[in-house]
Amino acid sequence: MNRISVSVLAACGVLASIPASAADNDLKALREEIAQMRKTYEQRIDALEKRLVQAEGTSTQAKAAADKAATRTARAGEGKASGFNPEISLTLQGALTKTQRDPATWTMQGFVPPGEAEEIGPPRRRGFTLQESELGIAANVDPNFRGYLNLAMTPDNTVELEEAYFQTLGLGGGLTLKGGRFLSGIGYQNEIHPHAWDFADAPLAYTAFFGNKLTAEGVQLKWLAPTETFIELGLEGGRDDGFPGGGKNKSGTALGAAFARIGGDAGIANTWRAGLSYVATNPGARAYDGVDAADLATSNTFAGRSRTVGADFVWKWAPNGNSTERNFKLQAEYFRRSESGQLTCAERDTSGACGGAAGLTDRYDSRQSGWYAQGVWQFMPRWRAGYRHDRLNSGTTTLGPTLVAADLPQLAAWKPRRDTFMIDFASSEFARLRFQFARDDSRGPGLRDNQVWLQYIMSLGAHGAHKF
Amino acid sequence: MRKIMMLLVALLALPAQAALNVLATVPEWAALAQEIGGDKLKATSATTALQDPHRIDARPSLIARARNADLLIATGAELEVGWLPVVQRESGNARIQTGQAGYFEAAAHARMLEIPAKLDRADGDVHANGNPHINTDPRVYLKVGEALAARLAQLDAANAAVYRAGYAAFAARWQANLARWEKQGAALRGQPVVVQHKSFSYLLDWLDLREVATLEPKPGVEASAAHLSRVLEQVSGQKPRWVIRAVWESSRATDWFAANNGTPAVVLPFTVGGNNAAKDLTSLFDDTLARLLVVK
Repeated sequence: MNRISVSVLAACGVLASIPASAADNDLKALREEIAQMRKTYEQRIDALEKRLVQAEGTSTQAKAAADKAATRTARAGEGKASGFNPEISLTLQGALTKTQRDPATWTMQGFVPPGEAEEIGPPRRRGFTLQESELGIAANVDPNFRGYLNLAMTPDNTVELEEAYFQTLGLGGGLTLKGGRFLSGIGYQNEIHPHAWDFADAPLAYTAFFGNKLTAEGVQLKWLAPTETFIELGLEGGRDDGFPGGGKNKSGTALGAAFARIGGDAGIANTWRAGLSYVATNPGARAYDGVDAADLATSNTFAGRSRTVGADFVWKWAPNGNSTERNFKLQAEYFRRSESGQLTCAERDTSGACGGAAGLTDRYDSRQSGWYAQGVWQFMPRWRAGYRHDRLNSGTTTLGPTLVAADLPQLAAWKPRRDTFMIDFASSEFARLRFQFARDDSRGPGLRDNQVWLQYIMSLGAHGAHKF
Repeated sequence: MRKIMMLLVALLALPAQAALNVLATVPEWAALAQEIGGDKLKATSATTALQDPHRIDARPSLIARARNADLLIATGAELEVGWLPVVQRESGNARIQTGQAGYFEAAAHARMLEIPAKLDRADGDVHANGNPHINTDPRVYLKVGEALAARLAQLDAANAAVYRAGYAAFAARWQANLARWEKQGAALRGQPVVVQHKSFSYLLDWLDLREVATLEPKPGVEASAAHLSRVLEQVSGQKPRWVIRAVWESSRATDWFAANNGTPAVVLPFTVGGNNAAKDLTSLFDDTLARLLVVK
């Protein structure tokens, strides 16, 4: 097509230049000339076409090369110095809570108060409230170690160092060593970060026995058996500043924990894990504030031994093992704590039933237990519904003759229980909105508290893989 | 205590298994390793074709299997980012950690498509290194296989020749397969197709199919009714030949579209084990092409 139009144009140009009075000879010469020109043009056009084809070929090659370069560039981008930046994840959490009773007066009847109230425990505040904002930073240190830091920023504008630990990668033989401050490996829920919990607050058993979660500051050694069945054993040793420990000033290990786990699959659809845990600590001076029989403020201190044993079980089901559409998760844990030692009851004032500021000290023995079971059902993509049942038993508490039970009303027997329902919606795996209702009977006789939560959990940045 | 220590030592000193223990994250790489290594290795997959490869739990059984693996084969490109790092770390197995010879990433040997120009979760579940579903283009198995054979030879030097020969035999078979499939697929060139998720971008690229719409509004985000209606409008007049989805994807959006646009829905096996016909890599692509060709 191009060739024809170019030839015609050329011919026209030549014809237009013919003088009107041209003779036959001239005409013949002209025709020859035109034929010559046409030949030249055709040759040139041929050459051009060849070059065009070549150029097209080159451009395809160039495109392929560009594609390749784009692939390479994308990979090379990771090699920049900034590529060494650790994975950073940020979790924003907040809630709107409505409670029947003032959260500030919350106590768990029959149990020693588990340290300071936390955002992840029973409601601390009513109305709009921010929960913990978690900042997690992780990276491989070198081929042998990985480091992790987790900061929890609380709504009171304080920063808590939740976790800061290193973990070995290259020990081999199924061994992993962790050192620093970390969530203890006991139980099932303990190692899971609050933003990945299925309910807005911790189970009552965790609140009562570990102050919502047990954090260890020391070392953890885990060993995974080289068997088809998952069998894992772990030992931990560290400080015991947190509940149920406290106030022990000694070299070496003050908190010891051990756990053993077994797990496997039953077909591709079912997977399970069961475990046993043991926590031993000897608090030197674990204090809590209370009131005596005459309503005078007291400061009570326990020193002695505290031993907790636990059992946990998790079962997950998903059709064909594909949890995207529908899935079900059942988890249950049981803990039992035995404590024996000396309890001191002292008033802040100079006089009182507990002997005033000097206080009274005598024997204290208790055996307490608690459990919870929860089921969470994802009935359609992104929507889940769950129910949790909590039950605790303040068990038996024996006091030495000097101490009077009436002066320690917090320890009067009670069986706290709580029923919790939740429904949540995840717009993606990074954003979750939750509605939760709880009927809480943990405060004591006739002190039922109905609690409603509307909670959001938003995860930004590199979001690490979740544990089972 | 001494008894426990002795027991521990005895367990640690368990004799290594004769065959190389290969754990692949997804079935296609286990199948490829088996094709290359034959009886010199035992390759298993951590997941099945019916599981959404993005959403896998770090199950205790997977951690136990990773504990004993000599080689871990992953797709990479962030496909397994939600679970594999936990399995690696919890396994206590130094051999299969990222950067070690016992960790192999297939995507490092593939030509990547759909590499995002910017990374923003507002665009859905985007992967920085490009679309990770490289397994749907059969050409990738040659490149990945070559690198994998070299890695196997490195790990198990005594059988290096076996792996090289195994790969050569596989490559010859595969080239013949490719020629056959490409001849079959020539009839499909340029055909319009609607996909549910970007799981088949590499297959489309290989067969030169024209993707006219994606049912998911953003990668990993489920289609709403309103979005599906918009897609319906968007493709009107384009007469897509198929609407395709992988066997592990929800049937809801595809079925709705098929019913409302009259486009035949095709469920592709996606990987080995995705249906009864897709028993190995060859039958996977035989079946995939057959399912596309049967729709006129």
